[in-house]
Amino acid sequence: MPTVQDISSQAEASARSLGIKKYDIYGSTVDENSVQVDHGEPKQVKASNRSSIIVRVWNDDNTIGVTSTTDVDDQGIELALKTAYEASAFGPKENVPDFSPEAQASLQSQVFEKRPHAPVSTLIETLVDVERRLMDAHPAIAGVPYNGLSQRDIDKFYLNSDGALRHEANAYTSIYLYSKTEQDGKKPRSAGAYKVEHSLANLDIEGCLSEAAEKTISHLNYEKVKTGKYLVVFSAEAFLSLMGAFSNLFNAQSILDNRSLSTPESIGQQIASPLLSVFDDALHPDNVAIETFDGEGTPTRRIPLITKGILTSFVHSAGTAKRMNTQPTGNANIGAKVSVSPNFFYVTQGEASDQALNIGTAENTIFIDNLSALHAGVNALQGSFSLPFDGWLMNKGKKVSVDSAVIAGDIREVMKSIIHVEKEAEITPGGISPRVWVDNLSVTGE
Amino acid sequence: MSPTLLLSKEVPTLSYATTRDRFDEGWRQPLSTLLGLGRAAGADFVEFFLERGNYISCLAEDDAITSISPRLSTGAGVRVFVTTHDCYVSTNNLSFTGLKDALEKALSILGLTMPSPNSYVPEINLELFRDYASVRGKESWLPNTSSMQEMGDVLLGANSLMEKKADHVQSRRAAYFRDWQEVLVAASDGTFARDIRLTQSVGYNLLCADGEHRSSIGKRLGSTGDPAFLRTWDYAETADEVAESAGKMLYADYVESGTYPIIMANQFGGVIFHEACGHLLETTQIERKTTPFMDKKGKKIAHESLTAWDEGLSPNEFGTIDMDDEGMPAQRTLLIENGILKNFLSDRAGSMRTGHPRTGSGRRQSYAFSAASRMRNTYIAPGDYSIEDLFNSVDKGIYCKKMGGGSVGPTGEFNFGVDEAYLIENGKLTKPLKGATLIGEAKEIMNKISMCSNDLGLAAGFCGSVSGSIYVTVGQPHLKVDSITVGGR
Repeated sequence: MPTVQDISSQAEASARSLGIKKYDIYGSTVDENSVQVDHGEPKQVKASNRSSIIVRVWNDDNTIGVTSTTDVDDQGIELALKTAYEASAFGPKENVPDFSPEAQASLQSQVFEKRPHAPVSTLIETLVDVERRLMDAHPAIAGVPYNGLSQRDIDKFYLNSDGALRHEANAYTSIYLYSKTEQDGKKPRSAGAYKVEHSLANLDIEGCLSEAAEKTISHLNYEKVKTGKYLVVFSAEAFLSLMGAFSNLFNAQSILDNRSLSTPESIGQQIASPLLSVFDDALHPDNVAIETFDGEGTPTRRIPLITKGILTSFVHSAGTAKRMNTQPTGNANIGAKVSVSPNFFYVTQGEASDQALNIGTAENTIFIDNLSALHAGVNALQGSFSLPFDGWLMNKGKKVSVDSAVIAGDIREVMKSIIHVEKEAEITPGGISPRVWVDNLSVTGE
Repeated sequence: MSPTLLLSKEVPTLSYATTRDRFDEGWRQPLSTLLGLGRAAGADFVEFFLERGNYISCLAEDDAITSISPRLSTGAGVRVFVTTHDCYVSTNNLSFTGLKDALEKALSILGLTMPSPNSYVPEINLELFRDYASVRGKESWLPNTSSMQEMGDVLLGANSLMEKKADHVQSRRAAYFRDWQEVLVAASDGTFARDIRLTQSVGYNLLCADGEHRSSIGKRLGSTGDPAFLRTWDYAETADEVAESAGKMLYADYVESGTYPIIMANQFGGVIFHEACGHLLETTQIERKTTPFMDKKGKKIAHESLTAWDEGLSPNEFGTIDMDDEGMPAQRTLLIENGILKNFLSDRAGSMRTGHPRTGSGRRQSYAFSAASRMRNTYIAPGDYSIEDLFNSVDKGIYCKKMGGGSVGPTGEFNFGVDEAYLIENGKLTKPLKGATLIGEAKEIMNKISMCSNDLGLAAGFCGSVSGSIYVTVGQPHLKVDSITVGGR
């Protein structure tokens, strides 16, 4: 893989020879390896070293063309620029993206000490040991059919013909364990856990193991719940999943495209219970996948999305910010059409709750650990969802796993029906959130 | 061919005149050498997968083209087996050195080292070049597809028509993509085969809104191997269908949760079989022991009215392939016959590990993934009933006209969203319903598909799994499920 400076020099030379005056490039290189095991034996081992870039070119009529490529040598970069230039003749005539006004603004420094990858043999030995211990945790755990331990180094860069040049590197190590049970006369049950850290040395493998074991065992004794309306407690992971699925609420591009539940006039409106506040916080110190700049080179930052129930801000690209007369927020994904997405949700208490609710003493309450099939059960444009979940029926400290049930509702009603946001937040790979209590949600069981 | 046996120490001095712009006979020698190197290092089996891609997508939003996005790619993957253990390494570097480095990495991960400098490297005797790319004019497919100008013209025309056909339109999208792929497979068992694939898809997504009422309906068509696919798209027909569905669903009530008999429409209704049964017949699932059907070959697993196929042969269908991504010619595989499980879908690794014969089902999204057993065109065969027979058998139930996506979990439990549904009362459709999710367990549902009509229809789809996202066809005739849990409000 050429260096960022090599790519910059090559792009400049190729652009000059092609008569291209204005361009920018966002690219990344990923070096990773991963292992899976099956009953004490390595099942599949994978490694890769891949790179890709996306090139945007503006022609003399100021329309834009884009091309992405995995060829990052001299020929590949030149071909990408040439193809993007050809595509620029057919680019949008209105709201043409431009360089971010913050593409050369200073960045919050981010230094990660990249450590050499642990040998694959170490990954296999570690995972084999964890698999064995998880299967030993209960006689009903017959296997860990979905498991993996992987290491990934990622380098990203952004450069443009005005002289912007940014680069950052990060490293992640992650483990996931999903076990499956077999017991005579009972349905197979499954549960799991996922952890991610910057290095294998810091990875909470024991935490992943104990969480997977504890959850699996807690699902062994299960019952159908009666179909009806319930008080529901969302775990951090479950609530963050819902926020992610309906993130068009905060997405300026979706709003401008008329494909959001919000409109530009929604800012300042009460869209949730005053108990809830939500930030997009790319730079949160607990965000392992921290990114200091977005696909347009704009620095990332903390954005208040909902403050005590009031919709406060949207997330923006340079283009949406310009159209809505505000500042970009570092949420752009470069492309022929620049898209926008949140980086890292941080959910917290808004106004203090006056309810003394406790999961240990709750009655006839459903505790949802995680939601499944969000790709199928969410209609983000309508606001509705109907999702299978893993969870438990809580009754005065008694916890019984729920068998094959679905929760359904409308996100706007859910946000307004929040009756309690707990104080203690949980850090997950996708964001941070406390448990969130929502009243009167439909659950389909039997 | 080299006149004498090659020594390991001579490998770094070799120079090959291969071109990354075309996978042809010129790749025989370097790949034969690399495969031999892998075998000399102690690998039981080595496979190279080389890929070039040329992809473009185009999006029209309302009355403007908002995105034309080309993507070029080249890459390779090398898979090495020692007994049934394997390692897969992928790279963007298609030079001889780049491929050799990838091979060396894969070998070292499996605990093997390159042969010592004075070891002989046996070249692998590759078969006569099986060039599927030389048939049906495949070499000219790419230049004969629609130009960027034509893409824009067709999609804007389609969106303009939609504006006239639908009411309460909030946003209109017409989207198209063309995915051209050239692949070469060479393996130490002598496999040496090349193919060119052309996959295209076009469709609408319509969002209608009236106050708090909203409906969003999409429809996507897909094809393989037809360069004229976009320019011959009858978007008026698609627009009629989408506009009608969105109009009916705009004011639909939410479905009431419960257990109902349902009738599922043909075409994309086949997603229920794909998710609830098809995935469980992949040897990947047997390896993981996550299928309830693993020991059921030759036994009854479904209602006797049900017969199902998976094949890669139907002309121009979305999951059609001439060869799979392991170089095996496509086949037609009988999965279930009158309720009896006949075959699993198997790739090379699945065959090694489970004993089920390969079925030409080794597929992957790209060189970044090793192949795995995956579906192609999968459908339930037509039965003897008419659609009227099915509806007349239902007193109160739900007609699932347009399915959304779905998934199946590790314990065989599945769920599907329903984008367009209607209440059936006394055999008649009485009102539209929204927000329905079908929930069930594969083993149970297969025995509840009691009636199949005679109107088999296929639909294009995308399937995400262990080897990435691939193009597939799902299909079925209208069919009746005697009872299923429907999640709603």
